[in-house]
Amino acid sequence: MPLDRPYLDVPGTTIFDAEQSRKGYHLNQFCMSLMKAANRERFKADERAYLDEWPMTEEQKQAVMSRDLNRCIALGGNIYFLAKIGATDGKSFQQMAGSMTGLTEEQYREMMINGGRPIEGNRYVGEKS
Amino acid sequence: MARITASVYTSHVPAIGAALDLGKDHEPYWQKVFAGYEFSRQWMKENRPDVVFLVYNDHANAFSLEMIPTFAIGTAAEFPIADEGWGPRPVPKVVGHPELASHIAQSVIQDDFDLTIVNRMAVDHGLTVPLSLMCGKLDPVKDAWPCPVIPFAVNVVQYPVPSGRRCWNLGRALRKAVESYDEPLKVQVWGTGGMSHQLQGPRAGLINREFDNDFLDRLIADPEQLSQMPHIDYVREAGSEGIELVMWLIARGAMSDSPPKVLRRFYHVPASNTAVGHLILENA
Repeated sequence: MPLDRPYLDVPGTTIFDAEQSRKGYHLNQFCMSLMKAANRERFKADERAYLDEWPMTEEQKQAVMSRDLNRCIALGGNIYFLAKIGATDGKSFQQMAGSMTGLTEEQYREMMINGGRPIEGNRYVGEKS
Repeated sequence: MARITASVYTSHVPAIGAALDLGKDHEPYWQKVFAGYEFSRQWMKENRPDVVFLVYNDHANAFSLEMIPTFAIGTAAEFPIADEGWGPRPVPKVVGHPELASHIAQSVIQDDFDLTIVNRMAVDHGLTVPLSLMCGKLDPVKDAWPCPVIPFAVNVVQYPVPSGRRCWNLGRALRKAVESYDEPLKVQVWGTGGMSHQLQGPRAGLINREFDNDFLDRLIADPEQLSQMPHIDYVREAGSEGIELVMWLIARGAMSDSPPKVLRRFYHVPASNTAVGHLILENA
């Protein structure tokens, strides 16, 4: 029997459930390893070689190297883990979140100052505001 | 006997901690946030509790995917400040209250809540930002937080997270546990996280003022009914990370059955990606 996953129709949103967590286990644990300064240095010196130490899929490694956070999330990444890559790159949470929206950093910051992304039109997939 | 005197609710946005640590709190953008807590800092000085029971969530710092406890109670004598990747926040270490914490663990587990008991745990911005907002800027070495803190970490990162209903009932069990502790301690329970925000995907940046203010109204006046709200409503209306708000129901559930006195209510958008909400409720 399929499990209850009522959140699949929320637009632009991936819920980090047990299934995503299973897919992303090694990707997220790689991210955790970046909490150690020595690992950050080794990663920065040769990203490919560092990633090859982890049993991640090739797709996951490519998504990390291109800093495509939406892709990372689709492949099982979770934002709090992926934030360790941002910290390694010297990026703030706002820069990371903004990078997933198609807006420029400045546009995203402006949107937040003006009250954020409105809920109208953003509740259901296919909904028009 | 120990008693719960008040509950405090606040967002715990990491950028608020960074703004304070980097001395940006007087910049206009951040001043609007910190001004909302001026009353609260004064109140905290005048109503210093003996212990704060601080409900928060870890953000992939103390807990990786190696272990994901749904409810974790910190029973240690002290808790170091986590290095989340930007270096540990320059704030005092957190001193625990092992006696009360283990008493609570004993009581709440006997009431059928399966707490994970943790004796070694670094605490991240989820715990330290609320302390900074309520206590102001402190020197990491010369100063200390005003009282011991019992960290209580709730999993709201990997779904399914505990339901609002379960959090509410846990709050009830927590109240019973505190009230059965022999020492006459004044205990505050803090619920942190939220309000509406989403940090991921094309919908990142979502804010829902109407939902947030309705949540505050109902948390004050009709929390038991509010606790019935399913996860999907939080996710859809308040963003994927807005689910943190279930933690507020633990603190609210720990309050007495009589209507509380609302000492402070504050709401502001934005702090970084997030709507900031704050309440102080005192037991009548």
